[in-house]
Amino acid sequence: MAEEKIIIGAIVNNHFGVLMRITELFAKRCYNIDSLEVGITDDPALSRMTIVAMGDALVREQIVKQLSKLHDVRRAAVIPKEKANVREHMLIKLCNDENGNAELTALVNDCGAKVIDISSRSITVEVTGEVESNDAFIKSAKEFGILEICRAGAQALHRGSECLLDA
Amino acid sequence: MQLKNENNSTNKEMLNGAQIVVRSLIAQRTDIVFGYPGGQVLDIYDELYKHSDKIKHVISAHEQGAAHAADGYARATGKVGVVLATSGPGATNLVTGIATAYLDSVPMVAITGNVATALLGKDSFQEVDILGITIPVTKQNYIVKDINELAHTLREAFAIAKNGRPGPVLIDIPRDVQTASCECTIVADEDMLAYSHTSKLASNNSKAASQASKADSQTSKTASQSNTTTESSTHINISSYVNQYTSEQLAAVVALLNISKRPYIYCGGGVLAACAEEDVMRFAQQIDACIGCSMMGLTAIPASHPRNLGMTGMHGREAAIRAKDRADLVIGIGVRFSDRATGNKAHYTAGTRFIHIDIDAAEIDKNISVDASLVGDIKQILGQLCALLPARELLDWRDEIAGFYVEEQQHLAAQRGQSSGCVSASTTTNTSANTAANDAANASANTTTNASTSSLTPQEVIAAVRKRASDSTLVATDVGQHQMWVAQSYGFQQSRRFLTSGGLGTMGFGLGAAIGGCMGLAAMAETAPQKTILFTGDGSFGMNLNEMATAVSQNLPIVVVIMNNGVLGMVRQWQNLFYEQRYSSTTLARATDFVALARAFGADGCCVNDALQLESALDAAFAATGPYVVDCCIDADDKVFPMIPPGGTVNDMLLG
Repeated sequence: MAEEKIIIGAIVNNHFGVLMRITELFAKRCYNIDSLEVGITDDPALSRMTIVAMGDALVREQIVKQLSKLHDVRRAAVIPKEKANVREHMLIKLCNDENGNAELTALVNDCGAKVIDISSRSITVEVTGEVESNDAFIKSAKEFGILEICRAGAQALHRGSECLLDA
Repeated sequence: MQLKNENNSTNKEMLNGAQIVVRSLIAQRTDIVFGYPGGQVLDIYDELYKHSDKIKHVISAHEQGAAHAADGYARATGKVGVVLATSGPGATNLVTGIATAYLDSVPMVAITGNVATALLGKDSFQEVDILGITIPVTKQNYIVKDINELAHTLREAFAIAKNGRPGPVLIDIPRDVQTASCECTIVADEDMLAYSHTSKLASNNSKAASQASKADSQTSKTASQSNTTTESSTHINISSYVNQYTSEQLAAVVALLNISKRPYIYCGGGVLAACAEEDVMRFAQQIDACIGCSMMGLTAIPASHPRNLGMTGMHGREAAIRAKDRADLVIGIGVRFSDRATGNKAHYTAGTRFIHIDIDAAEIDKNISVDASLVGDIKQILGQLCALLPARELLDWRDEIAGFYVEEQQHLAAQRGQSSGCVSASTTTNTSANTAANDAANASANTTTNASTSSLTPQEVIAAVRKRASDSTLVATDVGQHQMWVAQSYGFQQSRRFLTSGGLGTMGFGLGAAIGGCMGLAAMAETAPQKTILFTGDGSFGMNLNEMATAVSQNLPIVVVIMNNGVLGMVRQWQNLFYEQRYSSTTLARATDFVALARAFGADGCCVNDALQLESALDAAFAATGPYVVDCCIDADDKVFPMIPPGGTVNDMLLG
């Protein structure tokens, strides 16, 4: 069976150790995590995770079932790619010098990125987009020299009014 | 006065952590706690001392033995086993025992002390992150840092351990939490589970409501806040405990069952956990199927039951394996299709349809892909299926199975004829000069002199024990050849009477398990401890024989039957078959006198070298009131047959 990118949304208890349980599960079961993003929800007792993993249909089923067995996982479900709004937030610190500045500004503007910090030798931009477009941005930004990079991992919600708890 | 009455009506009282622990255990109807005291559990032990009329504490020789005892207690009685240990090494010594219970889905609660919360994370004396260590081998685990969480956490631990697919749960309690006090209510987990069920639904509803209107979400928040002191974060994954199948899935299963001409039931440990032994037999009757058992499910069906073909898998019975291979439909009930049970998966699944019935949704399509499945309580599912299916007779299939029986008996008879002529490794014919040279080199390098030669067969030993035991006699084993021989030939008639480490394969499991099982059954029946048998090997017994001290201190009538061949027999068997007889580090060359050792522990024992000695030794062992060791010398090259080599198929089956 073909391997593909799997996007999983999970509502979990906002306890210490929950992240450890989930990453341990992935390690134990030999599932590969591409990215894992977690943050508190409007209910302080709950956090929401977006996990991106690689695997075939059987692995996809197993990941969801195994996650659902964890007592701190309230809900785990695959968000099908075609039904998902996926975004990733990223900060990139680039080299700043007189020659590249104009082109760099063009790139930043083209990609809808936002400059959040400038120094004589660096420029830090904030980019939010689909994972693939962020990849493309990084590729383009490489020619200006990347000092450091910080990617948050994919976040996903269902398109339309559908929610994880209904899925 | 009125105020006091109100307090009484809610049953709240001021208790410290240690009191909460012991009173919670009493509320859970725990009658025996196995454990080992230490610096960070002094307060709990003090409280146990005060309640020794309600809870018996059994001190083991080593925490691992206590964990296996709690496990054996749970396997034999079906109740939750409880083990208690101190922090650091006390806690880490439990890990093998917890993992053993985890792999075999045994309900167990392990309680550990830890250093005071202020000392956590400072590499304090005897501090270890037992929560982190046991995440992979527990169903759930906790460190309770807030006294207000303790009573609730204990209830939840018991509920999780025994509901759904059972398993071990660990609770780590820092010392200052044991001494801190709070107002709380101690109730049994049944009430909590009922609460939790409604609360999860309520929390889902409130979640939905909060999406609809903010006002609603605020009310749900205030409601949850009012609960925080006693019932905060109550969440049991109830969804995994209820039947999860649709009518379409049920119809698919019924359709497969109806068209099957050669159905085969593969019965596992989940049948015992669901108390569905009778239901499986009724179901088999209705669809006219034969039954093969995994090792964990072996006692679910009496060995004498006409439909029971016995154990299947790597060392399964020939008839069971051939019947499975011929079947057009395999109905796996409470099994996980482990590698030891299936062998080569491609061959195992080829040309056969599969139905999988289990309480754990994650088991479906995990090891093999199935054609239809039902997730839920086995007992209920089988009841439903029996009501939907017409009774039928599959006479051709019965004839075929009868043929497999005859074939098996012929092979067994031939094998018996061969084994009487077989003596030892040195007489094994060796056509490969290279191998012979290796063997000779080994003989000089590692003394093979301790690899024993004997005319006494393991099957004779088992039969001699079996005829002295009743069907209700509890039997424990360690891990290795002796375990397989017992699984193959003991002939278990009653469920939960075979305590063995299946999934993890823990050598050293047996003695602790025998102690726990023996004591658990006695407590449950309110009788004196009954005769219990431990089959072990000289290798396995050597791992945790320190628990002889416990068996003696508790004066338990455990007959320890050592199948002593001077080698690590199962590994040697593989070396013999697949490593050209290079016996690397499996010839023990020890000079342990197990009888003298038994006496040193305060027990008794004797040596057995032939069939005649066996009878009188077992007479003495069964007459003894305390533990008794029967050290049986068997041949180092007795092998476990049939054997399907790893990754092999029925066609590769070695019959001996």
